[in-house]
Amino acid sequence: MANSALYKNPILFAVVTTVVVLIGTVVTMFYPMMTPEMHPKLEGLKQYTPLQLAGKDVYQQEGCVGCHTQTVRPLKTEVLRYGEYSKAGEFFYDHPFLWGSKRTGPDLARIGGKYPDAWQYKHFEDPQSFFAESNMPKYGWLKNNKLDPADVEAHMKALGFTYQPEDIALLNGKSELDALVAYMQVIGTSVKKADAGDKKKDLSVEPVNPFKGDPKAIASGKELYSQNCSACHGVKGEGGIGPSLIDDEFLYVKGDLKDDDYFELINNGTQAGNVEEGRTMKGGMPPYASLGRDKIWHLVSYIRSLQGK
Amino acid sequence: MNDYHYDNQTVKGFILSSIFWGVVGIVVGLLLSIQMWSPSHNFPPFFTFGRLRVVHTNGLAFGLGIGAIFGISYYILMRLSKRPLLFPKLARFHLHLFNAAIALAAVSLFAGMNQSLEYAELEWPLDIGVVILWVIFAVNVFGTIIKRKEEQMYISLWYIIATVVAVAVLYIVNNLSIPAGLFKSYHLFSGVNSANVEWWYGHNAVGFIFTTPILAMFYYFLPKSTGMPIYSHRLSIIAFWSLVFAYLWTGAHHLVYTPLPDWIQTLAIVFTIFLIAPSWGSVVNGFYTVGADWSKMRTNYLTKFFIWGITFYGLQTVQGPTQSLRVVSQLIHYTDWVPGHVHMGTMGWVTMTVAACIYYIIPKIYDTEIYSEKVANIHFWLVLIGQLMFSITMWITGIQQGALWKAVNPDGTLKYTFMEVLSKNYPYWQLRTVAGLVFTVGMLFFIYNIHMTIRKGKALAAAKA
Repeated sequence: MANSALYKNPILFAVVTTVVVLIGTVVTMFYPMMTPEMHPKLEGLKQYTPLQLAGKDVYQQEGCVGCHTQTVRPLKTEVLRYGEYSKAGEFFYDHPFLWGSKRTGPDLARIGGKYPDAWQYKHFEDPQSFFAESNMPKYGWLKNNKLDPADVEAHMKALGFTYQPEDIALLNGKSELDALVAYMQVIGTSVKKADAGDKKKDLSVEPVNPFKGDPKAIASGKELYSQNCSACHGVKGEGGIGPSLIDDEFLYVKGDLKDDDYFELINNGTQAGNVEEGRTMKGGMPPYASLGRDKIWHLVSYIRSLQGK
Repeated sequence: MNDYHYDNQTVKGFILSSIFWGVVGIVVGLLLSIQMWSPSHNFPPFFTFGRLRVVHTNGLAFGLGIGAIFGISYYILMRLSKRPLLFPKLARFHLHLFNAAIALAAVSLFAGMNQSLEYAELEWPLDIGVVILWVIFAVNVFGTIIKRKEEQMYISLWYIIATVVAVAVLYIVNNLSIPAGLFKSYHLFSGVNSANVEWWYGHNAVGFIFTTPILAMFYYFLPKSTGMPIYSHRLSIIAFWSLVFAYLWTGAHHLVYTPLPDWIQTLAIVFTIFLIAPSWGSVVNGFYTVGADWSKMRTNYLTKFFIWGITFYGLQTVQGPTQSLRVVSQLIHYTDWVPGHVHMGTMGWVTMTVAACIYYIIPKIYDTEIYSEKVANIHFWLVLIGQLMFSITMWITGIQQGALWKAVNPDGTLKYTFMEVLSKNYPYWQLRTVAGLVFTVGMLFFIYNIHMTIRKGKALAAAKA
């Protein structure tokens, strides 16, 4: 068969090769593209605002996709760690998709609204102040780069996104860091928080801390506290981005809460509008259910020790 | 006989350029490996991990890889067509344009102009440059083959033609974008569809840059350097057609468990498993070729490079399909296993094969012998050890990472926070830097050897004149 004309005629050979490579291309790429299956859009999905789009541009410019994914796989532990698995319809306005292929840092598909803005700013400026062993580069220098509103407007136009002239005016004086934080806060928010995993609504937890006063638990809690809590609540619980843990005010009302309330707050975080012991939350704290029951109790033990209780 | 002198200079130009860009890419890679365990080695804005990573991948895929492919393909093309290149001046222009494009590409990536599509990061003005480079290459490839003085087209020419055709289709489609300024554009496709187009491209960039042109080199230079003919012509025909057919179905194995429709994922996995057959067709062909006289492994230093190169290709093409299976993917996807996999292919298969071709070509061009087989052997062992250390370390890291991410307590809660898992990677990441250093030292021996061979050749030429 090696003597056939095919192996003597380069043009014929190229044509046959082209047809052969196009078969798989058509079936797995061109054909699906023509079907609505490949262009799904969630009902609540919004176009990016100019500031958010500018932030997404910064995300691309800095190559964030090299270390962070934006897709939660429908696997049990993944949903536990990050939240609701990613839906096809979430990404309709993403040119290109930014799912990534490596998790040197954590997945960001559900980062929107997980932390307050102040957390994001402080974390970008000094990730190691939150997580001593983090290998993320510092990005505080982005605040020295001011956005060019005309550029951002051109980008909005290129994508055909609707915007108001006021939105463009708002960009004056804003930095790349402001934009990046705005983008962080919108990622994955088209999937309702209420559906998001990473928390358990009906906790059946002991009313009193089973590790109360246990020195080992306090030591473990101290370690956990410095890794997960001190950046917002202060090294000694004195407060900072988050409220003080050693005064007598919890959820904006005077008076302490019970052990199991502490547990629930750590486990579920504070979602705006939720109520605990008649006190309404304003949001800001992410859930720490992924720590697991024992470690959360260790934290409660340590916080109690900070309070001198 | 034909005078290849002018074209030889172009071939040499491409080879030396590809070595130069290779050094840039490898040095950047070393810095990246340090940044993984020492974030204070990020120097914003130009030398942060996020920007450097794409300089590394593009520098090596396009600078080292494509540079070598252009140069070595031209060399093969002339010998198999028994004539000089049809457009020698165009080929020389091709060389200069190539270097200009790679330099601009590096600058633009340092500056953060990044489409965020893996292996297609370059912004649209550079995409146009790449297309022009490719058209020039295609013109010389087809022109020279059409005007050849040899009736049959040898296997290597099939692989070069397939490379020209497939890369053209892949690159143009995936880089279709909406320009939004001189240095900014957005992927024409969005969301799930954007993902599907990108990985159809991304995986086939591996197929038609790191596979088919390297196989073209393998099929030409293995018989040349050993003096033994390819074992089975029939096997190479079957392997060729089934490889170029199956490759294009497999991109979605990069998107397992993502919101991409399941049927595309499953189809991709099936074809990925099938791909073991044509890949091993070439592996078997290589082994049986040298199988006629295994003592060549001892007596001919180039045989070692080619046979170990094709062995890593064989391992790569079994490991890859294994990774595509859902049960494996769920554990190792997104972990450090993946860079371990990639580097076996690039440091083991591609770089070893390309280096062997260069060892063969440079003395031929200068009409001399290699400066030192001993240095070549040191080079061989260092890159082999460096690469194995790198890959094996990363596989262990990846399995550990994947397992700890999944670990749960008896009450169903997660056992480890993300930071706890990350902090356990540091010793492995440090070991990886050591592995990279060993590999780099090996490459320095290679460069020294080539440099000295050229010096020797020039001295001989001067003596004759």
